[in-house]
Amino acid sequence: MKFGIVVFPGSNCDRDMYDALHDDLEQEVSMLWHKDRGLHKFSTEDCIILPGGFSFGDYLRCGAIARFSPMMQSVIEFAKAGGKVFGVCNGFQILCESHLLPGALLRNGNQLFVCKNVFITNGSGSLHKIPVAHGEGRYYADEKTLDKLEANGQVIFYYCDERGEKTNPANPNASMRHIAGICNATRNVFGMMPHPERACSSVLGNTDGRAIIKTLLMAEELVSDHG
Amino acid sequence: MEITVKTAQQLRLTEEEFEAIKIKLGRIPNFNELCAFSGMWSEHCSYKNSIKWLKTLPRDGSRMLVKAGEENAGLMDIGDGLGLVFKIESHNHPSAIEPFQGAATGMGGIHRDIFTMGARPIAALNSLRFGNLEEDKTQHLLSGIVHGIGHYGNCFGVPTVGGEIYFDECYHTNPLVNAMSVGTVAIGETVSAIASGIGNPVMYVGSATGKDGIGGASFASADITADSTHDLPAVQVGDPFQEKKLLEACLEVIQTGAVVGMQDMGAAGIICSTAEMSAKAGTGMRIDLDKVPTRQNNSPDSRKDMKAWELLLSESQERMLLVAQKGREKEVQEVFAKWDLPSSVIGEVTDDGILQFYMKDKLEASLPAIELVLGGGAPQYERVYTAPGYFALIKKFEPAVVPVPADLKLIAEKLIRLPSIASKRWIYTQYDSMVGTVNSSTNAPSDAVVIAIKGTQKGIAITTDCNSRYVFADPYVGAMIAVSEAARNIICAGGHPLGITNCLNFGNPYDPEVYYQFVHAVKGMGDACRKFDTPVTGGNVSFYNQNPDGPVYPTPTIGMVGLLDDIHRKMTLDFKKEGDVIFLLGVTNNDINCSEYLHKICGIEYSPTPYFDLEEEYRLQQKLTELIHKRIVLSAHDISEGGLFVCLCEAGFNGELGFSVITNNSCRKDAFLFGEAQGRAIVTVALEKVQLFESVLTDFPFEKIGVVTGSELVVDGDFWGTIDWWKENYDTAIETYLSKEEAGLALNTI
Repeated sequence: MKFGIVVFPGSNCDRDMYDALHDDLEQEVSMLWHKDRGLHKFSTEDCIILPGGFSFGDYLRCGAIARFSPMMQSVIEFAKAGGKVFGVCNGFQILCESHLLPGALLRNGNQLFVCKNVFITNGSGSLHKIPVAHGEGRYYADEKTLDKLEANGQVIFYYCDERGEKTNPANPNASMRHIAGICNATRNVFGMMPHPERACSSVLGNTDGRAIIKTLLMAEELVSDHG
Repeated sequence: MEITVKTAQQLRLTEEEFEAIKIKLGRIPNFNELCAFSGMWSEHCSYKNSIKWLKTLPRDGSRMLVKAGEENAGLMDIGDGLGLVFKIESHNHPSAIEPFQGAATGMGGIHRDIFTMGARPIAALNSLRFGNLEEDKTQHLLSGIVHGIGHYGNCFGVPTVGGEIYFDECYHTNPLVNAMSVGTVAIGETVSAIASGIGNPVMYVGSATGKDGIGGASFASADITADSTHDLPAVQVGDPFQEKKLLEACLEVIQTGAVVGMQDMGAAGIICSTAEMSAKAGTGMRIDLDKVPTRQNNSPDSRKDMKAWELLLSESQERMLLVAQKGREKEVQEVFAKWDLPSSVIGEVTDDGILQFYMKDKLEASLPAIELVLGGGAPQYERVYTAPGYFALIKKFEPAVVPVPADLKLIAEKLIRLPSIASKRWIYTQYDSMVGTVNSSTNAPSDAVVIAIKGTQKGIAITTDCNSRYVFADPYVGAMIAVSEAARNIICAGGHPLGITNCLNFGNPYDPEVYYQFVHAVKGMGDACRKFDTPVTGGNVSFYNQNPDGPVYPTPTIGMVGLLDDIHRKMTLDFKKEGDVIFLLGVTNNDINCSEYLHKICGIEYSPTPYFDLEEEYRLQQKLTELIHKRIVLSAHDISEGGLFVCLCEAGFNGELGFSVITNNSCRKDAFLFGEAQGRAIVTVALEKVQLFESVLTDFPFEKIGVVTGSELVVDGDFWGTIDWWKENYDTAIETYLSKEEAGLALNTI
């Protein structure tokens, strides 16, 4: 499989994602410009990544303008055809604005930008230490949507403490039900606020992000079971 | 309009300067020209009251690739074909008036200085000074400045990786905001700020010009008074998204090979960039100001159109002046169009050394470039200085007037919660410190932050340091201490100091006592830099940090960079495991002078600098380097504000390990625990390496002071609680000072 990373004006984690995938996970990666169109070089076995940053400055709602980029129209088609799409931070916000994922990301509960390590779990025993860095990461959806997400196993990560408990102090932005990341019903579109690409290199003293990228995007069973 | 000496004075030029301008031009300048001189000969751009002394600093070194002050930032060789570009700069005056935009544009400006040279910024630091945190005004300034730095840096996408923050009454009206940026560039791909090649097109790229920041350079060259808020238009407005696009476009356009020279438009805007680029090449320029993209263009009321002098002086942000090779304008314009940024040819390079600015074909200003700039016609003054009167109060101090407190634990509890000492967590979690995936200190902290240089094994250690109370007590010694502490931090991180950039924040230079502080601080800095072989690569001077109540403490902030050949061999500050032996390197002194303990807890402001000896300091750093390189120590942390006790706590926090120590009977217990004598560091050593450790230190003073424990703190056998209690107090102190509104807590429950 190979990866494509969409570069919007204001993307600032695009190169970090490239380095994590290319240098640390030794994958084939290419950059895609937001003004271009067409993903004919990619098959549904491949993965398109929407990186973190402040696309178009995020002066309007985060991701609200990026969703109209020419490349995003191709990404939406790609996702609907079953291709894998992964959004991190601003990428997650763009996926919600594009309605490829349900819900929205609101200003953090305390109204302040937050950058620190947090712990996340898939709810069934996994535990990873991953950095967050965002001002608008409070996941919000109506109760019915939240119930449905949880019933379908579409919540891929919850914020938790170092013991895996979903406590309030461990929720960095007051997300509803501690939700840190979700996927769509067909399990080919994934979005999360924490940055796994910031935890892939041994020089950074944290390689927990590698397992997240491998499990979410590169595991055979995900592709065959749900693709 | 008749131009008289009064007009000049209104533009903050002196009578003598007005006379000098008339002689240089051979005529009376018109208003536009006078405005140009006002900006260029302001303290901020001309360094007229500082340059004489700055030239005494060591400015040469084998790794230096450009001379100090010659380009927008310093450039040093770090091997592997890479150059390190770095600089620190102040944005004090704008931040005092409009904290959010003032701090934000400070970040924007320093990053532009880095990428205008062709380097990609990889790390930012900031050194901040505020008044008493209990005051509403301080909380407002802190909240606004932190928000501004975060807003700009987070969006721009360069990690804010370190810095320092102090709180002292003297900064109540005049907060200090010093921002540092560090970038890397392939040697041979740098761009110079030069306008060479007669006939080459002069291009304007980046955001359109508006009326913001007009007169900013001369505004920053005056004291802050109650009327300063009337100067609000002198504060610029920042747009980090534009700057991010400008960064990518500039780095991309350099790759075309069509760029001859480039300079960012910062202080004094178009006039400064055209003058400096031309003066460097000995050329001139013909500029059509009509071709400058403006925000006011479509106004139906032509009176609202920008005037020539406004266009010359506007400090609108996110703009660059670029000289391209003739005939290759289109290649340049294509890159900026790709990034949706305006670019236009506004003139060309001429051979006569004259800057000619036209509007609607009318010559609005005609100025010899060289007469405007530092090193050319800009004035250089020698100011008188006298020793400050308060030195008498400092000399009078006798430690004996302070009795040793009976309850030292109570003092320690107060100390750990002082805003200057407590964790800056509330502040730094608002900064993206990890974007760029180069910050190796997030999960393994050191005294200096250690940044990975991608594509190599190397790391860069960076720190900013200045304890201004020491400089106030003795400007010469205090400035030596600032350099020494910076070097000690680099050494404790396992690095080798390379060079410094400095940001010299002082009061009004026309006050002889302030000027005394400046002169002696520069002398001390020079002597220390020569000792550590760390040349001064550039920086800036900020005078007039003063208000009717007086000047700030003299604050010569040092930004130092160091090199690690192998980042995997960096040294960290935290205790590693229970049972490791704790050693104190250096001489234990019976000294409480100038400490946070003496000033903030005992309430004594006037006391001499703490014990310091440059030679001993140098030997300490050499010993530390040897111990780290031979892998004999497991942690190293220098003793600074708060003394030994705070140092031990900080070493314990990361791994939540405690310590048991015995105080030294040769001195006062408060001096042993809280004194700030210089030239000392704490290291830990595994039991099995203690003998080896001692054998290396046969010629250097050290003492074994205790061991690392599981979690408890024990001082002379007394139980002082567990490390998690101390960590909680240290981490949350600043939040508890802030009102709910400023802390953002009120909305936490939504």
